[in-house]
Amino acid sequence: MNAIVVALIGIVIFILGYRYYSKFVAEKIFRLDPNYVTPAHRYKDGVDYVPTNKFVLWGHHFTSVAGAAPILGPAIAIYWGWLPAFLWVVLGTVFAAGVHDFGTLALSVRNKGYSVGTIADKLIGRKGKLLFLFIILILVLMVNAVFAWVISNLFISYPSSVLPVFIQIPLAIWIGYAAYKRSKKMLIPSLVALAIMYLTAILASRFDFLQIDLVRFMGGEDGAGLFGLGSVSTAFLIWIVILMVYVYIASTLPVWKLLQPRDFINSHQLVVGLGILYLGLIFTNPSISAPAINESPDKSLLPLLFITIACGAISGFHGLVSSGTSSKQLNKETDARFVGYFGAVGEGVLALVSILAVGTLFANTDAFSQAYASFSDANAIGLGNFVEGAANLAQGLWIPTEIATTIVSIIVVSFAATTLDTSVRLMRYIIAELGIEYNIKPLTKTHVATSVAVLSSTALVLIPEGPNGFGSGGYLIWPLFGTANQLLAAISLFLISIWLKRRGSNYLVTLIPMIFVIFMTLYAMFQQVFFEWSWFGSGSNMLLFVLGAIIFVFAIWIALTAFHELTKKQDDPFDRE
Amino acid sequence: MLENIKKLISYYEEVISLPHRNEVARELRNEDDFFLLLLYSEMLGIPNPVYYYTLELYPYIIEDFHDWHLRMGMDKSPLSGIRCC
Repeated sequence: MNAIVVALIGIVIFILGYRYYSKFVAEKIFRLDPNYVTPAHRYKDGVDYVPTNKFVLWGHHFTSVAGAAPILGPAIAIYWGWLPAFLWVVLGTVFAAGVHDFGTLALSVRNKGYSVGTIADKLIGRKGKLLFLFIILILVLMVNAVFAWVISNLFISYPSSVLPVFIQIPLAIWIGYAAYKRSKKMLIPSLVALAIMYLTAILASRFDFLQIDLVRFMGGEDGAGLFGLGSVSTAFLIWIVILMVYVYIASTLPVWKLLQPRDFINSHQLVVGLGILYLGLIFTNPSISAPAINESPDKSLLPLLFITIACGAISGFHGLVSSGTSSKQLNKETDARFVGYFGAVGEGVLALVSILAVGTLFANTDAFSQAYASFSDANAIGLGNFVEGAANLAQGLWIPTEIATTIVSIIVVSFAATTLDTSVRLMRYIIAELGIEYNIKPLTKTHVATSVAVLSSTALVLIPEGPNGFGSGGYLIWPLFGTANQLLAAISLFLISIWLKRRGSNYLVTLIPMIFVIFMTLYAMFQQVFFEWSWFGSGSNMLLFVLGAIIFVFAIWIALTAFHELTKKQDDPFDRE
Repeated sequence: MLENIKKLISYYEEVISLPHRNEVARELRNEDDFFLLLLYSEMLGIPNPVYYYTLELYPYIIEDFHDWHLRMGMDKSPLSGIRCC
């Protein structure tokens, strides 16, 4: 099958979804009102609540939600064939992610710009809020472990990407300083920073001495490492330690010093990356060598596909962005459709190109089937294949393979690193908030909370022994990350459904995706927790069993609460206010 | 054409500076609050060796002061010497 045709079909469905379905949801279900005074106007303070042009807000929303996860999930899920992954990304975006992102935005706008956590507190009580905090806590813990694992592996596989990524840090600090202390415009400095990074990338891919290859320094893959670990494991350990020290510092600095300027550079990288990939697709005109459907998978597609591709189809994390910052800046209520729904479409486009990059990488179907022989192989090589596949597409633009590989791996590492920074910071806030809720004073201190966050994430990525030996933690918990994320999405959809029901609207548009998502989550959790990780399971692992069991209990609790809330009669507490 | 490109660039500039804007505004507001505190320190009973000069700034700062006490949840000015509202 021709990849351009698949991309076009996907994009046409996205456009139709936005043009018709989101219009229907906005007008008939959410009944958005252009005259409603949004929180941005009502509480305008020039800091958090600022009415913002919808195109600008969309740009910000899209760059905040798009990251490494919509690349990683599809690159693994293509194991079941490109067609199921394609269908879930396209239909999931149109019917689940779009409604979810758009809905959380609308819900938050109608509720003073509160975040979904606070709204949960109002709609289903304090228990709801605590549940929310715990799920986000587990989720960010796993994000930390998974993304640290991803970055370390990419550093080991593509040593030429190390130097450019490290150069990004002083460049970001410089931009932050220039923009804040001297109130300069940011466009030129961040473009210069990007140019310096890519120039370093070109040099590093050409000259070996610029590649920080820890494995080679220790005498190659068979070399001896430290503590009898072997060179690859030692390199992994060293990178994890460096990354954790880095995130400790990055997450305690004021955001304008490092985090935000990094985001600026990365938002250019997103534009550059999407541009290279889609243009490369047009110029190389490849055909998809991956089979449409894998007929004999060792792990069933149902339910695992739906939790393997989380971001890119539906992601609970987006609801946090929608209700956290975007809702406070929405100029008109009717803009929510463009910002929320079209933001989800933007991420769908990224997930789609990830499927195509991996799907077109192999020479023929046999080569694909050999590489993706089992689900655990897919987990281990998915991201590496995306990098190679994307580099192949970039060749269409006459970029040499080794340079394209370095640049694509830099893009993925940068996205993963920003997510890591943000999620460690988020975890610190949640630990502090739990400290306040349960009256544990020390936890409310910045450095105590950050230490707890960083140490527990390090332990999670390093401790579990698994099929990949030392450092299998991140690799093993990817499905668990997916389930926690889907669970968060389900809670948000549940809150929107309650809200719609209390307003007398038809709430099936959010209830159906919610039931679908929670069913898949429960199904996947049940399978993994009891048949794999428990003491009598095939891959017994107590740590994963405990984490998984907690999420499983939460999922059941939410399903029951949802059923109870949606069947009882009650006024809207916000309407009464 | 040139006009459109300029528009596109300024749109792009706005997109990337949006997340930065509230952080910078917050920092500036904190600095302003601190400045106000120094300015009105004498009225709060903290000796200010340069009060003679800060006194001259009062007329310029009165609107900021008004915004500040509203933001802090006080409907009326908390300092009896200053009747901004």
